[in-house]
Amino acid sequence: MLRFVLGRIAESLIVLLAMSFLVYALIGLMPGDPIDLMLSANPEMTSEDAARLKALYGLDRPILERYWNWLNAALQGDFGYSRLYQKPVLDLIPERLGATTLLLGVSLAFTLAIAVPLGVYAAARPHSTVDYGINLFCFAGISVPPFWLALVAIILVAIPFQAIPAGGMGEPDAGLWERARHMILPVATLTLASVGSFTRFMRAAMLEEMRRDHIRTARAKGAGPGRVLFVHALRNALTPMATVLALSIGSLFSGALITETMFSWSGMGRTIYEATMGNDYNLALVGLLAATAFTLAGNILADIAYAVLDPRVSYRSGGAD
Amino acid sequence: MNALPPSSRDLVKPADTPRRRVWRRFLRHRLAVASGILLAIMASLCLAAPLFETVLGVSAFKTDLFARFAPTDSQFLLGADEAGRDVMTRLLHGGRISLAVGLAASVIAAVIGTFIGLVAGYRGGWIDRVLMRLTDGVIALPLLPLLIVLTAIDPAKLGLPESIAYSEQATLYRITIIVALVGWTTVARLVRAETLSLRSRDFVRAAVSQGAMPSHVMRRHILPNCASVIVVATTLSIGNIILLESVLSFLGLGIQPPVPSWGNMLTNAQELVWSEPWLAIWPGLAIFITVMAFNFLGDGLQEALDPRADRSTN
Repeated sequence: MLRFVLGRIAESLIVLLAMSFLVYALIGLMPGDPIDLMLSANPEMTSEDAARLKALYGLDRPILERYWNWLNAALQGDFGYSRLYQKPVLDLIPERLGATTLLLGVSLAFTLAIAVPLGVYAAARPHSTVDYGINLFCFAGISVPPFWLALVAIILVAIPFQAIPAGGMGEPDAGLWERARHMILPVATLTLASVGSFTRFMRAAMLEEMRRDHIRTARAKGAGPGRVLFVHALRNALTPMATVLALSIGSLFSGALITETMFSWSGMGRTIYEATMGNDYNLALVGLLAATAFTLAGNILADIAYAVLDPRVSYRSGGAD
Repeated sequence: MNALPPSSRDLVKPADTPRRRVWRRFLRHRLAVASGILLAIMASLCLAAPLFETVLGVSAFKTDLFARFAPTDSQFLLGADEAGRDVMTRLLHGGRISLAVGLAASVIAAVIGTFIGLVAGYRGGWIDRVLMRLTDGVIALPLLPLLIVLTAIDPAKLGLPESIAYSEQATLYRITIIVALVGWTTVARLVRAETLSLRSRDFVRAAVSQGAMPSHVMRRHILPNCASVIVVATTLSIGNIILLESVLSFLGLGIQPPVPSWGNMLTNAQELVWSEPWLAIWPGLAIFITVMAFNFLGDGLQEALDPRADRSTN
């Protein structure tokens, strides 16, 4: 078990390293470098000054060398300064990552609380009117543009009901209700946008499970429909959901970026967007890497959960995906 | 059949070809049929956008300060926006762009996905493992933040001449390619699964035993048999691709104004949501309905072309 976990962690670190180079190279291709920005802000700077500054900061060196220097500094905990916030980048990350985790965690809890019962209910009565209705709801959830859902939520909820704010996070040290009030719309949007695909997966997993032999055995031995459904089928059907969940963390993060931007929730997603748009390269780079690390960590956790939940999975076979 | 008396054998329709059976199964999926019709109507309306402008005497592009926020009437069927441009014909022009980019990106994505799926499934071994790791990676990574950085890069720094890099067409091509680069995963996985099952079939083995090269087997024997899977997977990914394009355009990174797209029409509408909520409703509704129609169409095609497949896993 320990070997399996360590192996997965090592693999994720390699992915992270590859990502850091890819993103570093991409950011180098974004319009304007820090010196260009200084040039446009300060009319008295001459092009000789600019060239000298570029040499000073090493911006005239080849990309590999620059990346190597960045990596060395990063490994010593120096990720540079944020241009937008005038603070070391690392000081900005924990709080924002926390805000995103809060948003994602709560909406994921709601999503599962809705998707699992709906999926089970639909699978218990396949091809009934209720199943048909649930299927329509799922298709709607998969097809709706999340940013539009956020706009509609503002139009339908935040405008008529003053108590539910259309954005922001509330005062930092405000009470629980103050924070919860600001979370209603972002959480509702994220939940509605992801509940459809989870319900469909749950229904498929249940139907698959209901066809298995052990279900027939349970029925033959006189287990009632409720017991068959919840005791014999549901437990096994939850295992593939762990994998689906793991593979969805990345797309949930993408959803969080949209929701956070729409509702001015100062999380990781919104930070990455604003950093990219505001030419804050250090922050964008670290933000992206933090998001990737977050996703990879989620994948590892889900792999472990999968191995624990399903005794048939062997740790040595290289995991669940 | 032979036991039937001749009279009732005549009642069996003579031409029950596989194609007809597929068509009949598709027609049974009423939502898919309705979606197909809806998409056809929508596409023709979008193509006819200039006609509507002439007939109604409105413009989707020209600023008309006297018509700002004009209400719905017989001229402005859905009202006018903050610059006095007709919302309805803007939606139709936006639909042209959104549908064209969506379809083009889906075709490119399908080509990439088919290639990766074929090679991974047929070659197997480490090639398969690497390609599938890549596919899982693209699915699992937080794509939107990455795409934001990717769309923000300066094409001139890639060595493109500025006249091309900053032209209107270039942004269209760029968003199409970027969206296609991440939209191929569904096709790749389904084609790989199909290739795996085809690889051990007798006609493929016969071809291999006669000395056919792998590229020949893949092209002539596997690929044609994957056609229905490719069609289904492509249809199912169009919806996602249109969603992705609209998000990027909405965030200001995709299709740039003044070229209208459903995504970028919502960017302006967002600021006016308190006073003019309808401006935010229409473009989103258009995306929603189109994506849903493509998803239903894909679902129906899947049931018609591949009835064994579980309709709930894609």
